[in-house]
Amino acid sequence: MAKTPVDEHPQKVYGWAATDSSGILSPFHFSRRDNGDEDVTIKILYCGVCHSDLHTAKNEWGFTFYPVVPGHEIVGVVTKTGKNVTKFKDGDRVGVGVIVGSCKSCECCQQDLENYCPKFVFTYNSLYHDGTKTYGGYSDMIVVDQHYVLRFPDNLPSDSGAPLLCAGITVYSPMKYYGITEPGKHLGVAGLGGLGHVAVKLAKAFGLKVTVISTSPNKETEAIDRLGADSFLLSTDAAKIKAALGTMDYIIDTVSGIHPLGPLLGLLKVNGKLITVGLPGKPLELPILPLALGRKLVGGSDIGGMKETQEMLDFCGKHNITADIELIKMDYINTAMERMAKSDVRYRFVIDVANSISK
Amino acid sequence: MSKSPEEEHPRTAFGWAARDKSGHLSPFHFSRRETGEKDVRFKVLYCGICHSDLHAIKNEWGSTIYPVVPGHEIVGVVTEVGSKVLKFKIGDKVGIGCLVGACHSCDNCANDLENYCTKVIFTYGGAKYHDGTVTYGGYSDTMVAEEHYIVRIPDNIPLDACAPLLCAGITVYSPLRTYFDKPGFNVGVVGLGGLGHAAVKFAKAMGIKVTVISTSPNKKKEAIDHLGTDSFLVSTDQEKMQAAMGTLDGIIDTVSAVHPLLPLIFLLKSHGKLIMVGAPDKPLELPVFPLLLGRKIVAGSCIGGMKETQEMIDFAAEHNITADIEVIPADYVNTAMERLAKADVKYRFVIDVGNTLKSSN
Repeated sequence: MAKTPVDEHPQKVYGWAATDSSGILSPFHFSRRDNGDEDVTIKILYCGVCHSDLHTAKNEWGFTFYPVVPGHEIVGVVTKTGKNVTKFKDGDRVGVGVIVGSCKSCECCQQDLENYCPKFVFTYNSLYHDGTKTYGGYSDMIVVDQHYVLRFPDNLPSDSGAPLLCAGITVYSPMKYYGITEPGKHLGVAGLGGLGHVAVKLAKAFGLKVTVISTSPNKETEAIDRLGADSFLLSTDAAKIKAALGTMDYIIDTVSGIHPLGPLLGLLKVNGKLITVGLPGKPLELPILPLALGRKLVGGSDIGGMKETQEMLDFCGKHNITADIELIKMDYINTAMERMAKSDVRYRFVIDVANSISK
Repeated sequence: MSKSPEEEHPRTAFGWAARDKSGHLSPFHFSRRETGEKDVRFKVLYCGICHSDLHAIKNEWGSTIYPVVPGHEIVGVVTEVGSKVLKFKIGDKVGIGCLVGACHSCDNCANDLENYCTKVIFTYGGAKYHDGTVTYGGYSDTMVAEEHYIVRIPDNIPLDACAPLLCAGITVYSPLRTYFDKPGFNVGVVGLGGLGHAAVKFAKAMGIKVTVISTSPNKKKEAIDHLGTDSFLVSTDQEKMQAAMGTLDGIIDTVSAVHPLLPLIFLLKSHGKLIMVGAPDKPLELPVFPLLLGRKIVAGSCIGGMKETQEMIDFAAEHNITADIEVIPADYVNTAMERLAKADVKYRFVIDVGNTLKSSN
């Protein structure tokens, strides 16, 4: 007979889970494996609330296996290490991001691109190597293979650093891969939410000129005064859009709602690159003629490998880049999800797990 | 008052033009400029019929200025050269492709990418030359263009069968060289028409392994036996398409009709690139998930610069690559357009301009 979430592993764990596509989260008792030779056990301090958590809780992508414990922006403290673990010791401050496993032998894994391994394992809602389901960071502890654990730089705060583990790497990786790091070049950031606001901060640290492209006029002051963007383009302002045609070297599109790509392509210079990191639930409209006439491209990018994620954290530590967060208690999570669905957050909720998750 | 096409320039010219979006072509008297000091003038012998000609005469892209004389796969023999022309002399075999002008001062022009200059002047179709007059293409008896835009045709390549390379050839050569010319690469070619068949020939000559992806199973034998493709996938065969998922380093998509991109993106390995060279007149649907999950790219490519176009012709001559053509007389051109719309040609019509385009027609 199949074991229940509480029985299947020896260590008892407490968290919050969604049990159906209403996406409503509630207390949930489950279990995790013993700490193996390669493993690190982490007491969770904080967990960021990523928009993917909401998509998954509501089964918007169609592959949720309930019950699901979301959370893949996890920061905590090491409480136990396996005998083969050399990189970490008890008391270290560490992070866990979007993946907790991969095959470790394919071409992608060998190139530190575990995120593109066909057999990668998500931190939640995935099947681990032992055939059991993975549960994420809306919980009091987690056991992870050392390869997928990240060292948190000393000067990076645990709470506002947590969202970097997904939002941060999601925009950092394409910036490196597609060459969006050259000082003086012009980057457009479409969408000013969890991903977008971190993209602005990273881009300014790279010395780029940044224009935020948004449908919300009330984000303009914030974008320029607080986040440091050089300009703000309201996508519904036809005259301003026309004046901006052909002015951007790159655009990072963080928008996960359905939107046509034509207008964004028009903003690019010839040879411009449109990098899409948002996850719309349906295909987007792509006009081909402007793509061909301008030798433009649309590229995808999905988080980053472990090596690059560590590099990103270290870069953020060096440049004092953190997310703008609203710290919440565990039992506020359902309200937080509703607010996030309406983009009513500047710019990431972070759950104060250690201080508010109680049995 | 603006001058008529016959009056605006000093040298008379004759061709076939479409006068409205019915796209019907008929005899047309017009004129071309004097041979300037940097210009090369040539008698047109052959002109390929590109699918873009059909799009243009019917104004399917919305930018045609009528009357339009199409044709940008033009070959002939030099009859006059300007005083500052260094590279060509009377009697040379030459060609013109899609471009006859650019700004020569931007970054793209400086990098031999005149085709991406924002001030590029196309050989016909809605383009205005530096002097403000409309450009007319190669369905005509003569052409005149600046030396910079003239391509030398090597002696060993037949003029009629090399004409289509000036657009179809460079359109596929450029992305093959830019993205896929790596040892052991495995590339798909979607669509087996004018562009597609040229892509197979060039790719094989570059040592690239090729899979043709087509909706027509009856093209398989031809593709393998005659064009030399390594394999052939019928895109409606779900089982075969699924078995081929994640096997291609790249794809060149030559299809100009609206079609789904998802199956093509799935065929790509991670980090694979889908290069669009066909130009559907409506947007396509881009599924974002599979693009992200494999860090794949969808890019566009449009012909090539002059340096690369010459390189392509020289490569074709060296490797005996020509287009598969059906030579037609000028007065067959409307029928040819109807057949082209139904993809009823293996694989390019070429107008025998030199022998059949006469102003007494």
